[in-house]
Amino acid sequence: MSFLTINNLTAHVGKLPILRDVSLSVKAGEVYGLVGESGAGKSMIGKAVLGILPLAIEATGGEIILDGVDLQKLPANQRRQIIGAKTALIPQDPLTALNPSRRVGVQITNRLVDILGWTKSDAEHRALDLLVEVHINDPERVMLCYPHELSGGMRQRLLIAAAFAAEPQLIIADEPTTALDVTVQKQILRLIKEMQARYGTALLFVTHDLGVVSKVCQKVLVLYDGLVLEQATVENFFTGPQHPYSKALLETTPKYTNPTGNLTPIPLHVLEGVHRQVAAYDRMKNYV
Amino acid sequence: MSETMYEIQNLHLSFKDMANKRIFQPAPVVEVLKGLSFNIAKGGVVGIVGGSGSGKSTLGRAMVRLLEPSAGIIRFQGRDITHLNEETLRPMRRKFQMIFQDPMSSLNPRRTVFAIIAAPLRLHKFDRVEGRVEEALDMVGLPRNFQNRYPHELSGGQRQRVGIARSIATEPAFILADEIVSGLDVSSQAQVLNLLEQLVRDLDLTLAFISHDLSVVRRLCQHTIVLHQGQIIEAQQTSKLFDNPKTAYARELIDAIPLPNLDQHWL
Repeated sequence: MSFLTINNLTAHVGKLPILRDVSLSVKAGEVYGLVGESGAGKSMIGKAVLGILPLAIEATGGEIILDGVDLQKLPANQRRQIIGAKTALIPQDPLTALNPSRRVGVQITNRLVDILGWTKSDAEHRALDLLVEVHINDPERVMLCYPHELSGGMRQRLLIAAAFAAEPQLIIADEPTTALDVTVQKQILRLIKEMQARYGTALLFVTHDLGVVSKVCQKVLVLYDGLVLEQATVENFFTGPQHPYSKALLETTPKYTNPTGNLTPIPLHVLEGVHRQVAAYDRMKNYV
Repeated sequence: MSETMYEIQNLHLSFKDMANKRIFQPAPVVEVLKGLSFNIAKGGVVGIVGGSGSGKSTLGRAMVRLLEPSAGIIRFQGRDITHLNEETLRPMRRKFQMIFQDPMSSLNPRRTVFAIIAAPLRLHKFDRVEGRVEEALDMVGLPRNFQNRYPHELSGGQRQRVGIARSIATEPAFILADEIVSGLDVSSQAQVLNLLEQLVRDLDLTLAFISHDLSVVRRLCQHTIVLHQGQIIEAQQTSKLFDNPKTAYARELIDAIPLPNLDQHWL
């Protein structure tokens, strides 16, 4: 039984398609990776689910079914309630996601108080417990800190704590480790996996790093220009990617275990093939 | 290979910590670089790696003298440049150039690609500026008609090529590349790295490559320096570093790279 189903999601900026019939389904407790180069539209899928697409981008078709409910059919306030109660976001850049002029403790608890109607003291207890769960040693002190007083890794831990606070069933992680250095990235990935296993949360994991995908995801979807090129289990994808673009993407990822191998950019004929595929889709839909 | 490009001895650099300064009292001092010594041979490609806050960018900026060290000696091509003033330093700057991490903030958005690449040439009073700009564009594989474009009209990889073109235009002997591929997609990353490798070969450059991505360093650099909290904890041939790191921290850095393969025990 899938928790999130997206059917033929299409989005446009003016007449320009950004997402082209994207369909995917995430089971409860599953980690689903979205990969692609910058501009492929991978973040937009997550934003469409959360209903926070930028104003210029309009979702023009398809359905987003969250826990059996078609979100687009609901009135805006009900949709917000459901999204707020069942999902959460771990953003890419913890410094812009946190309000610099408020203490971090409040920023974890206000969602519990405002959207879920908890009492303030309950929310505070919950926040303290969570900070312990994300391996912060002195939660009382950290709750009273301002974001600039904490390191990048600490801030990302706080946002993970905030995301898991209301025990959502789906978390959208939008490049959660891109801003961190490798050793901290490993700790944070381990933490996300640990929390995800503990709460049985489904994760939609947006990243451009195939290395990260191979370590945390069970399924992967490759996107180019808003078009789905390949959907596979991680086992199948990393043992034998089907689409030539996926193969090229894997080959161009640098690996320290293979230093002498040539670092090949994605070959032109592969890109041309993908462009033809996108153009064929647009012709079929009469976009051009 | 025997000639040395850079000689660095016991380099210290500290900043005043204004955030913790008490009123009417001197600001406390934070030491970022704590006594670094190493040499870079002519023609070498050296990787400088370390976690965030380890001082790798500060070291780079001290080497091209965007920062003045508080103690120690930096010799460039045999000449002590540690405390030279800006005026004496300026004519030498064309010999050591830098490529910055974020091309969006290091390329002036209001100037064309031509003006950006021509600026250091004019500053150093080169002749036939137009011709040199075109040659630089050719070398980084950008079409000549890109001269009239503005940075926002280029992709990330193309912007980084403009940064590279600007740095090689003055025919430098040494280039410092500070995290120049970390903002790029893997495919443009591969293109930029291949380009850099080719330029080092063709122009007989010496390159210091600052990065937190050890896979890239493994590919590009012959020697690697591992920084941790402002100190060199390991410096040796890259292949030896990866096969057999001497320190636990270097081991940890290498192990933390997620390779794109199915390894269930990594996390």
